[in-house]
Amino acid sequence: MSEVPSMDEATSAAQGASSLVIDIRGATKVFNPGKSNQVEALGEIDLSVGPGEFITLIGPSGCGKSTLLRLVASLIPPSAGTVQVNGKPAEQARLDRDYGMAFQTAGLFDWRSVTKNIELPLELMGWSRGARRRRVAEMLEMVKLSEFANHHPSELSGGMQQRVAIARALSFSPSLLLMDEPFGALDEMTREHMQDELLRIWEETETTVVFVTHSIPEAVYLSTRAIVMSPRPGGIASIIDVDLGDRNASTRDDPAFFTKVTEVRTALRKVEE
Amino acid sequence: MPNTDTMAAADDPLVREHRIKQQAAQEQRRDTVVRVVRQTVTFVVFLGLLAGLYTGYKAFGQSIGDAQHDWAVVGSVLPRTDDLNMPPVGEIFGQFGETPGGQDRIYAHILFDEAVFTLREAFAGFLVGLVIGMAIALALAQWRRLEQGLLPYVIASQTIPLIAIAPIIVIWGRKNFDVFPWEWQDWMSVSVIATYLTFFPVAVNGLRGLQSPRPENQELMESYAANWFQTLWRLRLPASLPYLFAALKIAATASIVGAIVGEISAGVEGGLGRRILREAFNYTTGPDRLFASVLGAAVLGIFVFLVVTAVERLVVGHQTQESTT
Ligand SMILES: Nc1ncnc2c1ncn2[C@@H]1O[C@H](COP(=O)(O)OP(=O)(O)OP(=O)(O)O)[C@@H](O)[C@H]1O
Ligand SMILES: [Mg+2]
Repeated sequence: MSEVPSMDEATSAAQGASSLVIDIRGATKVFNPGKSNQVEALGEIDLSVGPGEFITLIGPSGCGKSTLLRLVASLIPPSAGTVQVNGKPAEQARLDRDYGMAFQTAGLFDWRSVTKNIELPLELMGWSRGARRRRVAEMLEMVKLSEFANHHPSELSGGMQQRVAIARALSFSPSLLLMDEPFGALDEMTREHMQDELLRIWEETETTVVFVTHSIPEAVYLSTRAIVMSPRPGGIASIIDVDLGDRNASTRDDPAFFTKVTEVRTALRKVEE
Repeated sequence: MPNTDTMAAADDPLVREHRIKQQAAQEQRRDTVVRVVRQTVTFVVFLGLLAGLYTGYKAFGQSIGDAQHDWAVVGSVLPRTDDLNMPPVGEIFGQFGETPGGQDRIYAHILFDEAVFTLREAFAGFLVGLVIGMAIALALAQWRRLEQGLLPYVIASQTIPLIAIAPIIVIWGRKNFDVFPWEWQDWMSVSVIATYLTFFPVAVNGLRGLQSPRPENQELMESYAANWFQTLWRLRLPASLPYLFAALKIAATASIVGAIVGEISAGVEGGLGRRILREAFNYTTGPDRLFASVLGAAVLGIFVFLVVTAVERLVVGHQTQESTT
C-alpha cells in the first residue's frame, strides 16, 4: 500500500539512461511548416523522466504542454530531435501499448457501459472475455465504482466519469500514464478528492505519470517534479523538485506546501512577463 | 463483501452526488410519462380539430353554393363545396368498413393488403438505399478529396424530379436489366425508386455521423494503436448511429412516398399507389374511397416512422438520452 518510490530512488533512476521511462532530446515541434500559418509550438526540449516519477507540466495557455504530451504519446511526430519511451522510439512504445492516456474530457464512449468502456483497450489487445471481466472488476474496485459497472456514462457525474477514464487508461497496466488536464472540468471539492484518488492509485500501481495542469496547487500537491514551461516557442523554463512525502488532508495547510506553491508561482510570473 | 463495498461507497462524496443525480433522473422519467400522455392527447385533439375544420369549411362552402348571389363579395370568390369534392368525414371513415362491389373483403382489408405490397417494395428499396448510402458515407469520410468532388453530385441527384425518372427506370428495367441473374420484375423498379430517395439522407447524415467523434476520441484509439477497421467498428460507426437514425426516419417515409409514386408510373399490379390511381379514375362514383386510400398511405408512412423510432430507442437509447439532456 505505502510503497511510495522515494525521491532519491526516482532521481537516481533518472540518471541511469537505460532505465529512463521518457527520454526527450532536442525535440522541437513546428506545425504547418513553410505555410503562412506556421506555429513554432515547441523549441528544443530536453527532458528525462525516471520510473515512478510524478511529473506535472504547468505553464500559460498555448505554451505547448499538450503538444509535448502528444509527442511522448507519438500522436504527432517531432519536427526534429528524438523522443524515446521505455528505451525505444515513442512510435514503437505506442504500438507496444506502453502508455495509457486520459484527457480533459473523460472521453468515454456513450454507447458503452462503464464495464465496456474500461474493457475497450483490452478488447483491442485481444484479451479473452474472462480475463477482461476479471481485470475490469479489479479496476472498478480500485476506482471505487464497483456498483456502477453496468451504468452508462451519461448516468454518472463528471468526477465519476473521470475515474472511469483513469481506470480505462490503467486497465492494461501500462508503465506510463499521460494525463492532459484530466481534472480541469471538475469543481474544486471533487478535484481535490480526485487528486487523492490519483495519488493512491499511483502508489498502488507504481506507474510513472506525466500530468498537465493549469493549477499551481494541483501541480505542487501531486508531483515529485513540477516542470514550468514558457511560451513562444514552448520550452522548459524551470524544474522544481517537490517532496511532500505522504500527502493527506493537512498537507494543503503545510508551510512546506505553501513554500512550493510560491516557488512555482514565482517561476510562472517570470515566464509570463 | 458487497456490504462493505456499499458502506465505503456511501462515504464517497462522488457517490452521494450521484445519488442526488439519480433521484433527479427518476423524476425526469416520471415527467416523460406525463409528456407521452400529453402528446397523445394533443395528437387526438389535433386530428379532431382537423376533421372539425374540414367539416366546418365544407358546410360553409356548401352554404355559399346554396345561397348563390345572396352572399357578399368574400363568399363569391371562395371555392364551393359539395359531397363530391369533399365527402363527409363520417363517410370516408365509414368506407373502411364497407365491402366494395365485386369484392369479398371490406375496404380496410383491401387497403391493408395493398399496404403490405407497397411496404415490401419500399423496404427492399430502403435496405438497398441504406447499404449504398452508408457506402458513400464511408468513402466520403475516408477520402476528404472525394467529399469535395462527389458531394455536389450526390446533392444534384436529388434535384431531378421523381416523376421524371420513375418511368425511365421502369422502361430500363423491362428492357435493359438483363444483367441480373433473376428476371426483372416491375416491383423491383419501384424499389429502385425507393432506393433513390433513401440513399441520400443516409449518405449525408452518415457522413456527418462518421465524422462526429471528438478529436480526443480519435486520439484515444490511436493511442491504443487501433487499426482503421477497429476505429470504424468501435468508434465511428457507433458514434454515427444517432445521426443515422435521424436520417432513417426521413428515409423510411421517403421510401414509402417513392414506392407509391413509382407504382403510379410503373403500372405495377397492386400496391397503394396503384389503388390511389384507380380510385382517382373512379372518383365520381366513389369519392370517399379515394380519400380513404390516401389516408391509408398516410397511416403507412406514420407506421414506418414509428417502427424506426422504436428501433432507435432500442439501439441508441443511451446516446439519445445524453444528447437530449
Ligand atoms: N494541430 C495543430 N495545428 C497547428 N497549431 C497547433 C496544433 N496544435 C497546437 N497548435 C499550436 O501550438 C501551440 C501550443 O499548443 P498546445 O495545445 O500544446 O498548448 P497548451 O500548452 O496545451 O495550451 P492549453 O493550456 O491552452 O491547453 C499553440 O500556439 C497552438 O495554437
Ligand atoms: Mg492543452
